Amino acid sequence: MTAKRDKFGRPIVVVTGMGVVTSLGAGKADNWKKLTAGESGIRTITRFPTEGLRTTMAGTVDFIPIEPFSSTDLSERLGELAAEEAVAQAAIGAKGDFPGPLFLAVAPVEVEWPQRQELGRAIGAGTEVDYDAMLRVSGGGRYTQYHQRFLFGSVADYLAGTFGTKGSPISLSTACASGASAIQLGVEAIRRGEADAALCVATDGSVNPEALVRFSLLSALSTHNDPPQAAVRPFAKNRDGFVMAEGAGALVLESYEAATARGATILGIVAGCGELADSFHRTRSSPDGKPIIGCVRNALADAGLASDQIDYINAHGTGTPENDKMEYLGISSVFGERAKQIPVSSNKSMVGHTLSAAGAVEAVFSLLTLEHQRIPPTINYDVPDPAIPFDVVPNKARDARVTAVMSNSFGFGGQNAVLILTREPV
Amino acid sequence: MTETKSSNPASAEVWITGIGLATSLGEGLDAHWDALNQRRINVDEKSFAPHIVHPWAPINLDTQIPKKGDQRQMEAWQRIGTYAAGLALESAGIKGNKEILARMDMIVAAGGGERDLAVDSNILNLEAKGNSAPGFLNERLMNDLRPTLFLAQLSNLLAGNIAIVHGVTGSSRTFMGEEAAGVDAARIALARIAAGQSDIALIGGSQNGERKDLLVLYEFGGFNLKDKFVPVWARGKNGGFALGSGGAFLVIESRAHAEARGAKPYARLTNVVADMARRRHPGEVTSALEGLWSKLGKLADKGAIITGATGAEPATSEESAFLGAHPGFAVRATGTMFGHTMETQFPLGLALAALSLSRGALFPPNDPTGLEVEMSTPPTQIVVIGTGHWRGEGMALVEAIR
Repeated sequence: MTAKRDKFGRPIVVVTGMGVVTSLGAGKADNWKKLTAGESGIRTITRFPTEGLRTTMAGTVDFIPIEPFSSTDLSERLGELAAEEAVAQAAIGAKGDFPGPLFLAVAPVEVEWPQRQELGRAIGAGTEVDYDAMLRVSGGGRYTQYHQRFLFGSVADYLAGTFGTKGSPISLSTACASGASAIQLGVEAIRRGEADAALCVATDGSVNPEALVRFSLLSALSTHNDPPQAAVRPFAKNRDGFVMAEGAGALVLESYEAATARGATILGIVAGCGELADSFHRTRSSPDGKPIIGCVRNALADAGLASDQIDYINAHGTGTPENDKMEYLGISSVFGERAKQIPVSSNKSMVGHTLSAAGAVEAVFSLLTLEHQRIPPTINYDVPDPAIPFDVVPNKARDARVTAVMSNSFGFGGQNAVLILTREPV
Repeated sequence: MTETKSSNPASAEVWITGIGLATSLGEGLDAHWDALNQRRINVDEKSFAPHIVHPWAPINLDTQIPKKGDQRQMEAWQRIGTYAAGLALESAGIKGNKEILARMDMIVAAGGGERDLAVDSNILNLEAKGNSAPGFLNERLMNDLRPTLFLAQLSNLLAGNIAIVHGVTGSSRTFMGEEAAGVDAARIALARIAAGQSDIALIGGSQNGERKDLLVLYEFGGFNLKDKFVPVWARGKNGGFALGSGGAFLVIESRAHAEARGAKPYARLTNVVADMARRRHPGEVTSALEGLWSKLGKLADKGAIITGATGAEPATSEESAFLGAHPGFAVRATGTMFGHTMETQFPLGLALAALSLSRGALFPPNDPTGLEVEMSTPPTQIVVIGTGHWRGEGMALVEAIR
C-alpha cells in the first residue's frame, strides 16, 4: 500500500471511521453480531396505532426515546449517533471540529401529523378547520421552533454544527439510493482535491402513519405481519414487498495520503462509484434492465475492476417482487454465468429497508464483511425462486475470502447507485 | 466556518449554454427580458390575503410535457420544474439529443411535500368533531390519499420526472435544504465539470408559491410578507418574503464540450462558493459574504450584482451592510420581481446573470430606496448572491464571453 493515487491518477479514498444504528441496535459491534447470527430487527409497530393498516410491522428504532416524536427528530438523532461512532473511530480533528464537508442523505422533511393536529386544536372547536384557519394560528411566534425543525436543511444544519464540518453542508435525496449518493459525493470531493476528509451520513426515521400509508398505497410493502421477523424475504419466491425500517450509517472518508500521514487505521477503500438514472417509470425499472446494467458497469469502470474481481454482492434486495427480479437481471447481464456462483445477500432481510439510510448502512456492513471475512446471510429464504438462481447465502452467515464488494442501491424516481468497496487499494 | 479548499486551479472552463425560465413573469428569455426592462411584477395580494404570492404565469404545459398522463402524475412544483428544464434543454440545442441526454448529469435543488389540502382539512375537521379512535388517522389516509400523491411530493421526483419526460439520465441527484440547495447544485455541478468528472449538466429548481401549506411553514417563523407588496429593500425591520413561483434551469458544460458540438454560450460560470454561518451573532452573514467575495476571483470595479436577498431579517440588513461596503456595483434583487422562490432563487440569479451578459446590458433597477442604481455600461462580470432566509450563504461569478 504505497501508491497514494489509483490507476487513474486520482487520490485514493479510504474509510477511517464507521458508525451504524439499525433496528438491531446501536453500533457496529452489536449490529454485526446480530446480523451474522441471522437475527431480524423487524417488529410489530407500537409507536402508533396500527388499526386500519395493511402492514403493521417495521424495523423501528424504539430504543432511542424521542419525545414528542417526529420522524425528523429521530432522523437527526440517529444520524448523530452514527456520525459520533464514525468520528470517534477515525479519531480525526478535534471535538466539534471535523476537517471537511458534510454530505447528508436524509428523507425529505415535512410538517408531520402531530404538528398539523396541534394547529387543528389551536383553531378551536366550532370553527371550520382548513388551511386558511391553520395559517391564522401559525404565526405570532407561537410555533417558531417548527419553522426551523421542518426546513429541509435542518438536520444537516444540526449535524454540521455539532460536528463542526466545514463549508456548506449538503442534504440530498436520491430516494433509496441516497446513502450511496452521499458517499459518492464525498468520494468525488476528495478526488477533486477539494477536501482531505469528508463526513458522509445517511439517516432515516420515517416510520410514521402517513409514510407507511404512502408506501402501502403504492403496494410496495410486505403484509406478512405475523411473525414480523419473517416478513422480509428477499429473492424468495414468496416475497411480497419491502418492510420500512429506520437507521443511520456514517463513514469518515479521507484521502489515502491524509489518512496515512496522520497514522489513521484504514478500514477499507471506496474504489468506485457508479450511477445512472432510469427514465422508464416513476416507481418501476426499465424492463430491459439497461439502467441497472449500465450503473453496475459504471461502478466497475470507475473502480477499474472487472466483474470477476468482485467476490461478494451486497444486494439492494428489498424483497419486492419487481426489485429482486430486476436486480437479478442486472447482475446476471454483467456477471454472466458467475451470477449463479457469486454470493449475493440482502442485509434488508434482517434490518428492513432503511430507505434514505440504506446505501450507507449497507456500505458499513459491506466494509465489516471485508474486515471479518464473513458474509451476512439472507434470512427468511425458505422457498427459492427458480427465476432468481443467486447464491443468496441462505439463512446462515458464511466465512469467505472477500477482497472486493459491490453494494447496490436502486430507488424510486429511477435512482440507481452502486459502490465498490475493497480491503486494499486496487 | 471556513470554506473547504477550492478546486484545482488548472481546471476546465465552464460555459452556460442553456437557460430555461418559466416564472411569474412568463416563459422564455425574450418574455423575461421584456418584463424586466418594463419593471413588470406579477403579484397576487388577494388570493392568499393577508399573504402575498407571485403566481406562476399561465402557459401551455403541452409544449414541454406532451403527455397528459405525465402532467397528471405531478403536482404543480414538479410541472413547473419539468417545464423549465425542457426550456433549458431546448435553449442549449440538445432537446431530444439522446446521445447527450443519456450521459448528461443532473442536479436538482428541490423542496417537495405539496399537500392535498382537502384531505388534510377534512381529517382535522373530523378529529375536531370527536373522531379520535385509534386508527382513525390511518383509515382516513388509506382511503383519502391518492395513491400517486406521494410521488408528486417526493423531492427527488422532480429529477425523476425530468428523466422521464426529457430523457436526462446520466445521473440524477437532488439536493434539499432551501436556498443553499440551489447554490450547492451549481457549486457541485461546476466543480465536477471543472475537474473533468462530468462534461455537461442540467441544474436548477422550481417552486410553486401558491401553496398554503408552504405559507404555514414560513408563517411559523414569521417570514411571510403581509398586506401590501413592497420591493425587497424597502421592507424594513419587519420584512419578509412573498413566495414566488417559477422554475429556473441551466445547461452548463465544459467549453471543449460546447465547442465540439458548436454550442453558443450565454456566459461563463467562473466560480461558485458557499458557506454556512451559524448566525449566532449579528454581523456573521455580512462577514460570511465578505469571505465568499474574496474567494470569487478577480473582480473588476463597477460591476453588477444580482442577489436573491429575501427581505427577511436580519439576513437582508446584513447583506445590505455587505453591499454598502462595495459601492460602485449595480445591484438587482430578484426577490422584488419574482418573489422568493427558495431553492430556485440562486439558479434564477445565475440565469438572469447569463441572460444579461448575453444581451450586453443589465436590466433596470426596481427599487424606491436607491440601493439599486442604473448601469449604463455593458456588464462583463455579474456576481450572483444567495443569502438564505435562515441559513446558507452562496456566491457565484458569471462572466461575459467575448
